[in-house]
Amino acid sequence: MTMVYADRGDDAEQIPVRRIKFTINGDKKIAEVEPRLLLSHLIRQGVGLTGTHMGCDTTNCGACTVLVDGKAVKSCTMLAVQADGREIETVEGLAGQSELHPLQEGFREEHGLQCGFCTPGMMMAAKALLARNPDPTEEEIRWALSGNLCRCTGYQNIVKSVLWAADKLRSEG
Amino acid sequence: MSQAVDEIKIGGLGASRKRVEDSRFIRGKGNYTDDIVLPGMLHMEILRSPLAHARIKSIDASKAWDVPGVHLVLTGEMMATRNLAWMPTLSYDTQAVLATDKVRFQGQEVACVIADDPYIAKDACEAIVVDYEPLPAIVSPAQAVADGAPVIRDDKENQPDNVIYDWEVGDRAGTDRAFEQADVVSRLKLHYPRSHPSPIECCGSIADFNRATSKLTVYMTTQAPHIIRAAVAMVAELPEHMIRIISPDIGGGFGNKVPVYPGYVCSILASILLERPVKWIEDKSGNLISTGFARDIYLDGEMALRKDGKILGVRMHCDADHGAFFSDAQPSKFKIGLLHSAFAAYDIPAAHLTARGTYSNKAPGGVAYRCSFRVTEAMFFQERMVQAAADDLGMDQAAFRRLNFVRDDQFPHRTPFGFLLDSGQYGKCLDVGLRAIDYDNFREQQREARERGRLLGLGISTMTEPLGAGNSREYDILGIKMFDSADLKVHMTGKAIVRTGARGQGQGHETTWAQIVAHELGIPAEDVVVEEGDTDTAPFGMGTYASRSTPVAGAAVAMVARKIRAKARKLAAHLLEVSEEDIEWELGRFYVRSAPDRGVTIQECAIAAYSNMPDGMEPGLENTAYYDPPNLTWPFAVYIVTVEVDPQTGVWDVLKVAAVDDCGVRINPMIVEGQIMGGLTEAYAMSNMQFITFDADGNCVGSNYMDYLLPTAWETPGFELHSEVVTPCPHHPIGAKGIGECAAVGGPAAFVNAVIDALSGTGVRNIDMPLLPDRVWEALTYHRDVSGAPPVRSDD
Repeated sequence: MTMVYADRGDDAEQIPVRRIKFTINGDKKIAEVEPRLLLSHLIRQGVGLTGTHMGCDTTNCGACTVLVDGKAVKSCTMLAVQADGREIETVEGLAGQSELHPLQEGFREEHGLQCGFCTPGMMMAAKALLARNPDPTEEEIRWALSGNLCRCTGYQNIVKSVLWAADKLRSEG
Repeated sequence: MSQAVDEIKIGGLGASRKRVEDSRFIRGKGNYTDDIVLPGMLHMEILRSPLAHARIKSIDASKAWDVPGVHLVLTGEMMATRNLAWMPTLSYDTQAVLATDKVRFQGQEVACVIADDPYIAKDACEAIVVDYEPLPAIVSPAQAVADGAPVIRDDKENQPDNVIYDWEVGDRAGTDRAFEQADVVSRLKLHYPRSHPSPIECCGSIADFNRATSKLTVYMTTQAPHIIRAAVAMVAELPEHMIRIISPDIGGGFGNKVPVYPGYVCSILASILLERPVKWIEDKSGNLISTGFARDIYLDGEMALRKDGKILGVRMHCDADHGAFFSDAQPSKFKIGLLHSAFAAYDIPAAHLTARGTYSNKAPGGVAYRCSFRVTEAMFFQERMVQAAADDLGMDQAAFRRLNFVRDDQFPHRTPFGFLLDSGQYGKCLDVGLRAIDYDNFREQQREARERGRLLGLGISTMTEPLGAGNSREYDILGIKMFDSADLKVHMTGKAIVRTGARGQGQGHETTWAQIVAHELGIPAEDVVVEEGDTDTAPFGMGTYASRSTPVAGAAVAMVARKIRAKARKLAAHLLEVSEEDIEWELGRFYVRSAPDRGVTIQECAIAAYSNMPDGMEPGLENTAYYDPPNLTWPFAVYIVTVEVDPQTGVWDVLKVAAVDDCGVRINPMIVEGQIMGGLTEAYAMSNMQFITFDADGNCVGSNYMDYLLPTAWETPGFELHSEVVTPCPHHPIGAKGIGECAAVGGPAAFVNAVIDALSGTGVRNIDMPLLPDRVWEALTYHRDVSGAPPVRSDD
């Protein structure tokens, strides 16, 4: 792919680009990016995975949460070049070919979402929690999700959704 | 032989059906405005004013034009040449699109850059040089009317001062007489601080003007696409049939996405000029400092009381700070929304309200943030006043309310401000609430705790509110009557599509409208697809806000389904070879009265509508209904909160929240409960932490999520919900009432009343929201009220 600019007859300064390699939802990718490009923009505009949403640009709302090497990261506050050589997982990577991830099922079963905008980030933050703590208490879930804002639900059903998923994941072993 | 279907099994009325829209949202496959990419699309960024009030001496955009990748720089001067520097507001005022003469609030739109990507556009915005001459800023109604105050709206003729309106409603003389007869007069003065709905998704638009077809398509974050279409037709002077507004998935609205914003207008003009799609996606600071705010009013009132506890009359005055432009989204007949719905739940003989609106150097907006046009302020003042009055009389909080409630046998009940309450069982709801909180026992615990130096408190809020505007006789926006619509097409195989003039933003319309069709026709909900938000396909409607979808658009869905059923009955008579009068209906099936085994399903009627209609019948099974509600719907709620206040720090913890909501028939109980919990969280937020304030220079404190505190999962309390009381709305086709906002409206007073109750004995009557720890500590330590807009840090 390429960008085409109007020829203004002057020697416009070249925008520096860097080549990075990364894995996203299991697919290996190469990209050429401006050093200032945010990881969230690489995911949304570059790779075209729009399930990672941008809410605040300031690391507060958590809508853009993805996993980088298994850790929950707010992708609006990480540069794309920092993802060089790393593994990224987004909401699109949660479900298998035929079945949903227990977190996705849990959010639907327990009505853990309304407008759906915070949901991908919530689920990714919850996934990181369940990876390190498969049997969390309500309080531990509330603390783990305290970097993710939701304006619709009041969180009670989000907590239930994560408990539902934790139960299912444990029973699946 | 056909049989009636089981309503719950087919996902009809009362089924807690899992949401249809979740399937895409949990997979990250929603389609929000920022997810849309069009060929050749450019990106727009807005340069905003850093000052609250300043004359613009010059704007030099030449360096912005020189940035490679920039296609267009728009300034107010350029907008003015196309008569687009100003636009009309929804409250018959004007609002600057891009500033020409002055900037009037911090964050006001000054210029726009359209470039190949948003990074370039932001770079170019920084290259624009604006020379400002600062002017004194006004940040409160008191400053606005002070002698010698600078006139903010010097652009307007006949605007010698900063007053927008003086308005009154009610019976002044009758109220005066009530006060003459009073044994006790109770007074209360408070401030409902400025807040912002702050959906997580900010506002945005993609304007796509096609020169070849002359058609303008705008994808945008709007709760009211048809109103936007009309507004664009007026502002941009484009023919309305050449405008298509598409509102894709919306990441929360809460009222913030009702108004017309300058960014939308600029992206449209840019697309027309450049003949390319232009995308504008606002950042969070832009959203918080420039788009529709809520509240920001000062209320002062008194209540005339007989010593046995009967309320004789109420007087209120409101000073409303509307910001730099009067752009409230509200019915045009009422200047301060439905503030006069205050005290509706109580049987009060006389009431009078005066209101004065003023300009300030703050963002305009005045939107109904999870409320029905200022009812949040109304119910907050009501329930704070009621608590103060009961305390003044030395009466029990619950007993005082019960004594003054509108009784079950008084409905329909006319309030002193002219509203007509439809129905309710207020006393029964209060009983449920008191039981849930274990009222008597808690009072005992409270006394015991007090002896040990611990401060427990209990706050009650009981309220009704008017939801579901119109009727069209009294409710319009810019002259457009407030009705709504639904269009239902039943296909040959019995599957269907329903479209409405509403536009959900998380309320679950795709799930619940199908349930209404299932209830009326017996077609399984999963066989009904719901579509909203495209003005080329949806019937005309006023959109979704102010809890009006179920009362109005939901009613239209029921009414159009009944039209379909009426035609299906004729088809059934034809198929069964009997006359229509001999046909009976049970869910999903018509049968012959004298031979109930002989019947046809609604699906069989649908096939017949396309393949075997009787002679002379118009083919097809499609129809449209426009629903003009005869009255608003009046849900009732009891919210009871218990808290413990730490006397050392002023920090207060919520012990329990019990909510009793009577919203009539619940279409989908799971969704209703979700809405109530969301509303309770807003109520907690407002009472505890969430506010926007300004320093003396008009700098906005609350321009990002570091300063504007929204509650997280960590501090948000748990909620106990009760749905035992159901009073069907007598005039709604399926007996439903509005619910989406009740808890946000009635909830805040329960939290505040609980903290004030914990401080009983100190003489503290009021702490204004938010009840930050330092304010509670100050009240507790110095035994004094803490009132007014929260102070902000200063550089002195």
